[in-house]
Amino acid sequence: MTVKDIFENMDYGSAPESAGDALAWITDQGARFGLFIDGEFTAPGDTFETTNPATGEVLADITQATADDVAAAVAAARAAQPEWEAIGGPARARFLYALARLLQKHSRLFAVLETLDNGKPIREARDVDIALAHRHFYYHAGCAQLEETQAQGRVAQGVCGQIIPWNFPLLMLAWKVAPALAMGNTVVLKPAEWTSLTALLFADICRQAGLPKGVVNIVTGDGAVGEMIVTADVDKIAFTGSTEVGRKIRQATAGSGKSLTLELGGKSPYIVFEDADLDSAVEGLVDAIWFNGGQVCCAGSRLLVQEGIADRFYAKLRARMDKLRVGNPLDKSIDVGAIVHPEQLARIRAMVEASGGDMHQTAGVPEGCYYAPTLITDLSNADPLMQEEIFGPVLVATTFRTPSEAIEIANNTRYGLAATVWSENINVALDVAPRLAAGVVWVNGTNMFDAAAPFGGIRESGFGREGGPEGLRAYSKPAEKGPLVTEIAAFEGDSAEPQPVDRTAKHYIGGKQARPDGGYARNIYDASGALIGQSPIGNRKDIRNAVEAARGAKGWSAATAHNRAQVIYFLAENLSARAGELAKTIDRMTGQDTGADEVEVAVNRLFHYAAWSDKFAGDARAVPMRGLAMALREPVGVIGAIAPNEFPLLGLVSVMAPAIAMGNRTVIVASEAYPLITQDLTQILETSDVPAGAVNLITGPHAELAATLADHADVDALWSFGAAALAGDIERRAAGNLKRTWVNHGHGRDWFGPDGQSRNFLEEATEVKTVWVPYGA
Amino acid sequence: MQTISATGTLPQTVEPRNPGTALDLDWVMRATANRSAIERRAATLPARRSVKKDHQAAWLARAVSCIDLTTLAGDDTVGRVRRLCAKAKQPVRADLLEAIGLPDLTVGAVCVYHDMIAPAVEALDGSGIPVAAVSTGFPAGLSPFHLRVQEIKESVAAGAAEIDIVISRRHVLTGNWQALYDEMRTFRDACGDAHVKAILATGELGTLSNVAKASLICMMAGADFIKTSTGKESVNATLPVSLVMIRAIRDFYDATGYRVGYKPAGGISKAKDAITYLALIKEELGDRWLRPDLFRFGASSLLGDIERQIEHHVTGAYSASWRHAMA
Repeated sequence: MTVKDIFENMDYGSAPESAGDALAWITDQGARFGLFIDGEFTAPGDTFETTNPATGEVLADITQATADDVAAAVAAARAAQPEWEAIGGPARARFLYALARLLQKHSRLFAVLETLDNGKPIREARDVDIALAHRHFYYHAGCAQLEETQAQGRVAQGVCGQIIPWNFPLLMLAWKVAPALAMGNTVVLKPAEWTSLTALLFADICRQAGLPKGVVNIVTGDGAVGEMIVTADVDKIAFTGSTEVGRKIRQATAGSGKSLTLELGGKSPYIVFEDADLDSAVEGLVDAIWFNGGQVCCAGSRLLVQEGIADRFYAKLRARMDKLRVGNPLDKSIDVGAIVHPEQLARIRAMVEASGGDMHQTAGVPEGCYYAPTLITDLSNADPLMQEEIFGPVLVATTFRTPSEAIEIANNTRYGLAATVWSENINVALDVAPRLAAGVVWVNGTNMFDAAAPFGGIRESGFGREGGPEGLRAYSKPAEKGPLVTEIAAFEGDSAEPQPVDRTAKHYIGGKQARPDGGYARNIYDASGALIGQSPIGNRKDIRNAVEAARGAKGWSAATAHNRAQVIYFLAENLSARAGELAKTIDRMTGQDTGADEVEVAVNRLFHYAAWSDKFAGDARAVPMRGLAMALREPVGVIGAIAPNEFPLLGLVSVMAPAIAMGNRTVIVASEAYPLITQDLTQILETSDVPAGAVNLITGPHAELAATLADHADVDALWSFGAAALAGDIERRAAGNLKRTWVNHGHGRDWFGPDGQSRNFLEEATEVKTVWVPYGA
Repeated sequence: MQTISATGTLPQTVEPRNPGTALDLDWVMRATANRSAIERRAATLPARRSVKKDHQAAWLARAVSCIDLTTLAGDDTVGRVRRLCAKAKQPVRADLLEAIGLPDLTVGAVCVYHDMIAPAVEALDGSGIPVAAVSTGFPAGLSPFHLRVQEIKESVAAGAAEIDIVISRRHVLTGNWQALYDEMRTFRDACGDAHVKAILATGELGTLSNVAKASLICMMAGADFIKTSTGKESVNATLPVSLVMIRAIRDFYDATGYRVGYKPAGGISKAKDAITYLALIKEELGDRWLRPDLFRFGASSLLGDIERQIEHHVTGAYSASWRHAMA
């Protein structure tokens, strides 16, 4: 084609980025890679091929790590950790700064290598993946520098096992490695089997930065290696990947005491209101679902359009799709590159072929591992494609009529990772954003990320946040573990004494005293063996009823923080008024004389959380954008809690108060040994304006009731301060709906001291929702 | 003279002329522009499209063919305008044009003040290059209305084939949409067969939403082109403003079937910027708009940078400004 021809047809031609330097780097390494353990590359072992999905060409041979390799990596990390933590934040900051700088210096090499291995467009690798990874190390260099001023008695977790996906290989590495290192942890990281190369280049960078040996270890291989890491002697597992694998990791780590964060799948809604800037909303979809070929956990893959503008919007969207350029990812003018692997391509094809609806696809897609950008309209929410994650460039769409309906459809999903809202009306946008079940909400924009802004999901999108102080916190733990809880057996006896009037203890469900469903009660004796009352034996159905009541008590979560504080102060007032009576009950049940102290501290604890009610709302984050990025603290929802056996009043109040102060509705299982405390507490709750369903109290066997709560799909989080044995069972069962769990693994806490009201209670009682609101008049 | 016939033909002979529509205020009031999203699109576009080698040379030549080579200075003289017209006819050194196979390349038009129309018409006689005149009390547009209308008529009589009018910014700033429509209608009628480009002076309209609304109204009132700026505002053509205006053009075409042209003016001085603008047009409006009957650059210094880039393409060595004839 001559210049004159092009002058007439105005084609783009091709603008390929050279792969030469990246291929030369691979060749320099022998095109066969060992593992990076203890600061050295091992000799390659059994290997598998990593290929360029755009061409099918083999790029290099990668080692499949063995169990011995993983053990060696963990041992190296374990050996390096104490010193790495001990050198202090400012010293670690220097290393993180060096890593940031080295990433920047070799940015094009990283970008081209990423594109070769993953198939994503070079523009994205260059302008998004590498740029954000770089920013992540800078930000966390700062975190390390300031760590000692903000540590609040926390220390590093220790050795972190980190397993990352293939969609953003280096960026996910940065998200995992930077905060871990900042807080003094050492890591064993496994990149995804299809995309190991940038992690291996990063290992090279670690050497160049002079990072102490063993601080970063990289082991490659398939899912089997991931399983080895999960079961290895590590203190924390951080995983990003599919919900299916996340669930297995939850089960595998249950009861082990390993800290766990999961960043899993999504089916994120993208809501377009009729007053939106439609052209901008269409362009936003290019970033939402065609960015990285839709192989993005938070891809805006579910389009919800207000009915009145749907046809116009779809027409604009189809026209935009026809302009997308799909092809050679190394071409700088390509919008959508290759699908990461033929297996993934087959998965996408199969899902779309099984679906109905009206389909539009971008034309001119090359042969090979590519999939055309696809829009499927006229789907109802019941269609599988509206529910299942596709992880490809496929957008499915439906319509809605009102903001409420948009929210309802948006939230009608097992996932809860991200959501996007387009409206020019600030009232609509800022009303809808907090009501969406998602960890991240973008208003008039999409797929915005920054190291200072937490990212992560709720529901089956996982738990934990990455980025910001929330992300850092996941890489530290309290300096002290509490002493092991002592098992408390209920007193036994056979003597009875006449009571003036019989008192019947009941459950407290939905604001009413409820007889146990099973119709059984247990005799409660004092230390001398005298019968002091009967306590209902709760069962599955009592839990079911309590959860239903809690789910229904939406008003409590919607109440103002001031209002919640008032209720909690009133609770304190009423508790205090019955202090003598309560203390007597406690002492009688426990056979000790701490009752009066317990009541006094419980009153204080209520004051403490009443005070916190309106002071833990989140804050704004300094992200590189004109706009507001707010990390909002929202209630988790329905929290189930197993109260400690010891200190029947103080323990229960310490668990209940933070949960309700933050706006949660609760189902609390009282001390198994000393359950009669609920008798008086129920009356206090009833007289303190606590709305029906906000607090539900159940008594009975902890193990059985905890299991039901852990299995229950409508419970958002489950805490246990009970016996050690509960922890594993709760964590295992919680894998079902991937609810958050907070269990004691048998370690108690000093309920009378600061540990009884630590910041952790507030953290666990809230979800962080990051709301991005770019603006501009 | 193939190129001349492509660049020199008046738009109406290629494309049915936009007759305008009734003022549709529902549509106008619906028009919105989300600034931050538009800025993001504008910021990422240059990184999304890259044009290299032969393609780059061809695209730059295309940019040259779309330039309204402009002089709008108080010290313009007949001699100065003649020099500009000579440059318009031979915008790039002949040996370079020969080398890229486009020996007949000219600019899109020459743009001058009213008093310079006659010498420009004379200097361009036979070249096929039209003369555009800025009008209606350019740049502020605050002279008596009847004089502004009369100025158009006199410029058309003097031989201007294209009239660049300025709208009354105050009608936009006060939301007096009917007045804006009526004004534009009157200007269009006064132009007769000459093409009318409506200068919105976007740097003075306050918001992108105003730009969107004003764009629509001018098209409804029969503008053949909408143009960003006079070149005299403190902020002239920008990519975000362009995005808003060309999306309005797209909506107008979708609704009426008439293609309205677009002219960014002021502030575009680099070859790379010109390519970005062309890519923006290609992406948002389509290839049909990449012709001088539907797209113009209002620019004076852009040509110099393009000449250097074309020489670089031809020789492989970086060029210098003194190697190219000044206007």
